[in-house]
Amino acid sequence: MKKLMQAFVAIVIVSALLLVAINRLNASAGYSGDNTLTVYNWGDYIDEELIEQFEEETGITIIYETFDSNEAMMTKIEQGGTSYDVAVPSEYTIEKMIEQDLLIELDHSKLPNLENIDERFMDLAFDPGNKYSVPYFWGTVGIVYNKEMLGDMTFSSWDDLWNPSLENEILLVDGAREVIGMGLNSLGYSLNDTNKDHLQEATEKLKTLTPNIKAIVGDENKLLMANEEAAVALVWSGDASEIMFENENLDYAVPEEGSNLWFDNMVIPSTARNVDGAHQFINFMLDAEVAAQNTEYVSYSTPNKEALKLMPEDMVKDERFYPSPELTEKLEVYENLGKENLSYYNDLFLEFKMYRK
Amino acid sequence: MNNKLSRNLYMIPYAIWILLFVIAPILLVVYYSFIDTQGNFSFVNYEKFFSSVYLKMTLSSFWYAFLITLISLIIAYPTAYLLTKTKHKQLWLLLIIVPSWINLLLKAYAFIGIFGTYGVANSFLEVVGIGTQQLLFTDFSFIFVSVYIFIPFMILPIFNALDNVNPTLLDAANDLGASKWTTFRRVIFPITLDGVKSGIQITFIPALSLFMLTRLIAGNRVITLGTAIEQHFLVTQDWGMGATIAVFLIIAMFIIMFITGHRKRGA
Repeated sequence: MKKLMQAFVAIVIVSALLLVAINRLNASAGYSGDNTLTVYNWGDYIDEELIEQFEEETGITIIYETFDSNEAMMTKIEQGGTSYDVAVPSEYTIEKMIEQDLLIELDHSKLPNLENIDERFMDLAFDPGNKYSVPYFWGTVGIVYNKEMLGDMTFSSWDDLWNPSLENEILLVDGAREVIGMGLNSLGYSLNDTNKDHLQEATEKLKTLTPNIKAIVGDENKLLMANEEAAVALVWSGDASEIMFENENLDYAVPEEGSNLWFDNMVIPSTARNVDGAHQFINFMLDAEVAAQNTEYVSYSTPNKEALKLMPEDMVKDERFYPSPELTEKLEVYENLGKENLSYYNDLFLEFKMYRK
Repeated sequence: MNNKLSRNLYMIPYAIWILLFVIAPILLVVYYSFIDTQGNFSFVNYEKFFSSVYLKMTLSSFWYAFLITLISLIIAYPTAYLLTKTKHKQLWLLLIIVPSWINLLLKAYAFIGIFGTYGVANSFLEVVGIGTQQLLFTDFSFIFVSVYIFIPFMILPIFNALDNVNPTLLDAANDLGASKWTTFRRVIFPITLDGVKSGIQITFIPALSLFMLTRLIAGNRVITLGTAIEQHFLVTQDWGMGATIAVFLIIAMFIIMFITGHRKRGA
């Protein structure tokens, strides 16, 4: 009993000391009072030098946290624990967050750099008038493939994936909307189709792709493609450009039938404590020079037209990542289809995943 | 009287714990399982569970969990037996347990490297003349990695049971003319059966709901009930369906606990 008490007291003392140490460290790093800004972004989605630059310019200390899915981010903001000041959700999540009152309206007078954003990316259906959100990056969903491993195969059509020579070579991303959407696109239907017959048809078609599928994975597909573990993968454009830097044999294509066009946007969640600082940060990221530097680092497509003028020509002219107007016409933005339809998509996706070769 | 009072006082933390972290969550799960996507009370989730997709998933989850448990047991029992015979048995046991302190995800990523086309396992197969095989994203790799992860939990209770076998019983069996095999079958195994049962419980139930490995190692070629629950709670936000699957998992858990439970001897 005495020993037990001693152990208990020791644990309490050590915990208390650790707590004091954490507070000291936080204080010495300036993590106290109103002078901090908590930014909640996707992993590997900013040039960290810019964070330092912002801190130097404004004297605000940034606490930077990352997430790996819209859903996880939204759940954390709903629960409230941490006071995130700026977050970067995708468009369909913004729709949901507006519905649930999780966002604070932006004060456009504090965002003079907003005029740097290309008209095409403003005032979109998910947030009319950009009341709550400002575009950060955008991109497409497409196919990344290994030229070395496939010879002269190209992917101008989704149907090219069904080529029998690709047996056991395709990696899909573990997302119901991306994969079912690919089926819908290959049949010429809309990505936001909710007609059950069309969805069934797409699922049946996807099942015939099963012999070609190697795995259905998440972020690991980047690692697997860079290591030439598979020859073809369904990916987001930015992931494609990132791994194309690592492995020169890789190339990216958006099939002509059309695909998904997505936007990640900066918002101020209702958990924000430093709303002024959040506006300053958003405005800073919209600055042409900052956006150009950030885009060169992250290598996704920037909506900032002034930044494009400052970037290397070959990057801006690359139609794989800045698609021509004809292709852009065929790209669709995901709409929030509601819980019931989403659940139907997911059931079909599950049925497809369960289907064995 | 005083004694009774203090006993009741000691019960308070336990009662609060059970109420908040066992009973309340189970009730919530059951409640959510009757809620459809519109937020109305209905049995639609249960109807859905008995559709072919979910039944197939349940059967395959049980099948994989069964295989994982069986293989773990086949490897763990002789290992535990040998460990009890070694000189520094606590040290050897520790070495087997140490890997279970490392995060599951780290181990899974390590296996992606090992089983990859250019990984260590394939280099070995190349050297011995079998040639490169597709290892990653197969049933084999999924079961291999799962067994690797669960084996310490299977070994530990069996080791403890074997270590507690009274050596005089073995001498007695020997004196009475039992062969080694008979001694094992009639004396050692019955005594260590409780350890085996706990090992099966600790392996089978988590194996039913494995979910990260199904994606990282099996590339979603294996879908378990755990994967479906994760999808419903995080992606579709169809908490009702996720909760319904969880209800069936809880029921399965109780059945397994009942079958492998400790019954009083001689009763």
